[in-house]
Formats: sequence, structure tokens, C-alpha cells
Amino acid sequence: MQISDQLTQYLFSGLATGAIYALIGLGFAIIYNATGIINFAQGEFVMLGGMFTVTLINTTGLHPGVAVPCAIILTTVVGILFERLAIRPLKSATPLSLVIITIGGSILIRGIAMLFWDKDTHALPGFSGDEPITIYGASLMPQHLWIFAVTIVVIGMSKIFFSYTISGKAMRACSYNIRAASLIGIDVRRMVLFAFIISSAMGSLAGIIIAPLTMTSYDVGIMIGIKGFCAAIIGGMSSGFGTVLGGLLLGVLESLGAGLVSSGYKDAIAFVILLLILFIRPQGLFKKAETERV
Amino acid sequence: MKRELLKFLILAILVAILPTLLSGSYLVNVLIFVGIHTMLAVALNLLLGFAGQISLGHAGFFGLGAYASAILTTTYGINPWIAMVAAAVAVSLLAFAIGFPILKLKGHYLAMATLGLGIIFFIVFNEAVELTGGPSGFSGIPNLKIGSITFDNDLKNYGLIWLFTLVTVLLSVNLANSRIGRALRAIHDSEVAARVMGVNARLLKVQIFALSAGISAIAGSLYAHTMGFISPTSFGFNFSIELITMVIIGGLGSIYGSLIGAFILTILPEALRTFQDYDIIIYGIILILMTMFLPGGLVRGIPGLLARLRPADKQEEG
Repeated sequence: MQISDQLTQYLFSGLATGAIYALIGLGFAIIYNATGIINFAQGEFVMLGGMFTVTLINTTGLHPGVAVPCAIILTTVVGILFERLAIRPLKSATPLSLVIITIGGSILIRGIAMLFWDKDTHALPGFSGDEPITIYGASLMPQHLWIFAVTIVVIGMSKIFFSYTISGKAMRACSYNIRAASLIGIDVRRMVLFAFIISSAMGSLAGIIIAPLTMTSYDVGIMIGIKGFCAAIIGGMSSGFGTVLGGLLLGVLESLGAGLVSSGYKDAIAFVILLLILFIRPQGLFKKAETERV
Repeated sequence: MKRELLKFLILAILVAILPTLLSGSYLVNVLIFVGIHTMLAVALNLLLGFAGQISLGHAGFFGLGAYASAILTTTYGINPWIAMVAAAVAVSLLAFAIGFPILKLKGHYLAMATLGLGIIFFIVFNEAVELTGGPSGFSGIPNLKIGSITFDNDLKNYGLIWLFTLVTVLLSVNLANSRIGRALRAIHDSEVAARVMGVNARLLKVQIFALSAGISAIAGSLYAHTMGFISPTSFGFNFSIELITMVIIGGLGSIYGSLIGAFILTILPEALRTFQDYDIIIYGIILILMTMFLPGGLVRGIPGLLARLRPADKQEEG
């Protein structure tokens, strides 16, 4: 294989994982904008999406076309329960206790998943078979194309939702100023619930479309979750294109790093980028700095 | 101050007589872990409970101390005591350097950054195979020695580790009641207000971060020399969470609370051997319930709960 072919290969597979990070990052950003909370349990929604799909297909023999929506709904139910039981009862909690609560929720979900399923890794067949296709010298799985297509559709839909629907605009109002939003009659608590529904659905979808490529198990959530967070940080916590670009950038850098430097340190690349961005440009790569009011 | 001294003396006497009550060497072994965990929980509490800065990467500093000691003594044949001091100084300096950029972050961002830091250390422990032995671990670490005494059995190690633990507790209690302790609590409540009052918040946070990391590194060295074998799994994200849980159970800002938290979380898995894999679920439940209903931890929270019940009785009487 020529070096240029290799590079295209890394680029394509990087873009595919990057699209996944973007979806997860959007989930982080949507909850953060509605509530000011970084939901440490976001990665667990990704894990639940994949695991529910595997179980539904393997045990009940459902067609993937039915199993996938069912898995998304099941994960969303978990997201709603999490919001109702752990987030809503808290009034005026400090950021520290919110961090601890969502971490508690995340390891609780992971632990229950381990009990409910097992510690094994599970494979999911590709949606359109596992025959590689060759594009510009790079060999891609059909699943890569699914990932690109699904991500584009989801991002388009969320763009329409946030720009043109009343609920979407209300959620954006909450992200600017929660008090002002409630003063003009927006039901902030409902918007928080919406945020959890949307981001758990997005997270589970990401977990489902990546599962055929990477396998899934009860503990995949933490790593992929933090990488999604990293995408959102690069994008400055925007629930739009910033985070998408952040995800793609991270995916490509990671894939190039793994291919050209060392695959053992692949995961470390994302965390080094995360730290660098937080140290140097905590407001994200594409945003101007804001001053903090005290 | 007299009360603090009395509390410490009671603890010291308890520590001294406990092994004579426990004839079985197995329980002494568990208590060794209680000691190491207490050092770590107290160190984390200085940062989390007093300065109000979260760290989800403290298992990484613990691991750095352990690996530094292991590599210096086993690979390079350096005296374990010198290795321990070198490891503690190096880890403190590292934390001091990282502290400036990382502690500029607040709340969730700080949590994610320290989490990332911890995972980077964990990946290095796993991947730097020539240095650390990788996932299969590092064995053959020598025991500590003073003159002709080698710390090679549970009872001797118990004495050694609890000596370090007691010193850590004493120093931390002193620190908490000093000017620095008050300044840290001021930062916890409002960093801006603390700075207005003339506290150099930024430097103080970094110093306490370095101190906390240094104590964790010493605990790591002690762990390595006591066990003789270390592997990356002891220093992962789950252990960082376990440490946070210990601090939360005992109560933020309560030194003796951390001791109780470390005791409970070390004894609990031993008592519930059959729940081996499920302990992480129990930690999750503890974290959520404690934060929701007993945010002050056991030591402060239970008297608080009782106090809340009592005025109600009085009102009925009146």
C-alpha cells in the first residue's frame, strides 16, 4: 500500500470515529446548555445503545430496522429516569455535588449493565454486510458510510430543531440565560427533560452505529464518553457545528496518531488534546473568550 | 486545640492496641490497606474538602509514587528510603507544574481535566512496558529496611504504615486549623472573596495540589514496598472514584471523616466477598445518596440529622 493510500485510509476511518465523537459531544453540549451540568453519564448512554441493540437482535431475532429504534427508546427511558431521579431532585446544588452525582449515576448504570449482561464483548453485524469497498485506495466498510449518513441526518435534524421549532428556540433561550428564559414563560424544567431525552437518544444512536466496527461491552462508555466531551470542548460547548468540527478533528488526529506514531498511545492522544485545549483555549477553538461574572 | 490533641491520642492508642486484639494475620493485612487508603483519602480531602478543588486523577499520583519507587529500587538498585523521598519530591514537583494550568479550571472542567490526566498516567503505566512491565505488572520490589529490621511481615508493615498514616493525620489536622486551612476554606466558599481578602488563591491551590499529590506518592511507595508487586489495575479510574467515595462518606473537610470513610470502604468489600464485582454499584449508590441526603458526610451529617429531629420535639413540648 502506498503512503498516500494509507493516509486516505487513516483520514476516512478518522472521520468516521470523529463523526461518532461529534454525536456524543453534541449530547454533552445540549445538556450543558440547558442545565450547566456536564453529564458524566453521557458515555453510558452510548454503551446502552449498543448493548440493547445486540441483545434485541441476538435474543429476540428482531430485524435491525426494528431493533435500533427500540434500543434508542429504551436508552431514552434510562435518560429520563436519570433526569427524574438524580438531577431534578437537586435544588441549587454546587457544581462539585453535580459532578459527583453524575459520576455516581454513571458507575451505577455501568454496574447494572454488568449485572444485566456480562463482562464479555459483543459483536453486532454491519447494517449492510461486512464486504469492504475501495474508495480512493482506502478500503472502507459499508458501516463507515452508514456512520457518515446517519451523522449528517442527525446534525441536519438538530439544526432544524434548534433553529425553527418553538421547543428548540426555547432550549436555546435557556442556554443563554435560564432565569430570563423562565421569566418569559419558558418551562425550564421541561426543557431540561427535553435535553436529557435528545442527548440520550443521540448518544445511543452513536453507540449503535459504531458497534459493528468496534464491538461493545458494558465498559465502553467511559472512554468514548470522554472523547465525546473532548469534541465538545474543542467546539466550545456549542450544540452546533463547532462540536461537529471538534469531533472530526479529534477523530482524524487520533487515527493519524495511531497509524503513524503508536497505536498503544492512541487513547492518550485524545486526552493530551483535551488538556491542551483546556489549558490554552478553554472557550474552544472557534469562539472568543467570555468574561465570567461573579 | 486540646480537643484535637485528645482525638489524635485516642486514635494513636487504638492503632497501637488493635493488632494485639486481632490474632489473625489476615485482619492485620486488611488494616494495612486501611492505613494506605486513609493516607490517600486524607490527601484528597485536603484538596477536595478544604480547597474545594476536585481531582478525579489521584489514583494516578498514587501509581506514579508506586512505579517510581519500584523502578528506582528494583531496576536501578537505589535504597528504598531514598527512592521514596525522590518519588515524593518528583511527583510533588510534577503536580506543582501541572497545577498552575489545571487549577485555573473550575467545576466540571476541572473534573474532566483531572480525569484525563489520571487516564494518561494509566495509559503510560500500561504502555511503557520496558519501564513498568506493562499490564502484567512489576514484581520483585524489595521491602523497606531500618538497620537490621526488614519490614517483611504483616505486623511490622502495620506499624510502619500506620506510623506514616498517623503523621499524615496529625499534619493535616494541624494544617486545617492553621492560617492556611482557614484561607483554603475561604477559597472553597468564594475564591473571589478570598482573593479580595488578600489570599493568594492561585498559589495556595497549586501548593495544596502538590502536597496532596506528594502524600499520595508516599502512599504509593509504601504500597509498592509492602506488596512487592504492583500492576496498572490498582491505579485506574475506578480507584480514583473509590477515593472520592471515601472522602464523601467521611465528609468533605473532615480529616477523621476520611479515616472513617477509608475504613468503611476497605472493610466493606472484605465483608461482602461475594459481591466482589458489584462493589462499584454500591459506590455509585453511596455517592448519589450521600450527596443528596447527607452532603456533610457521616461525621458531620449524622449529628446534623439528629439536630434537625430534636428541635421538632422541643416545639411540641413548648
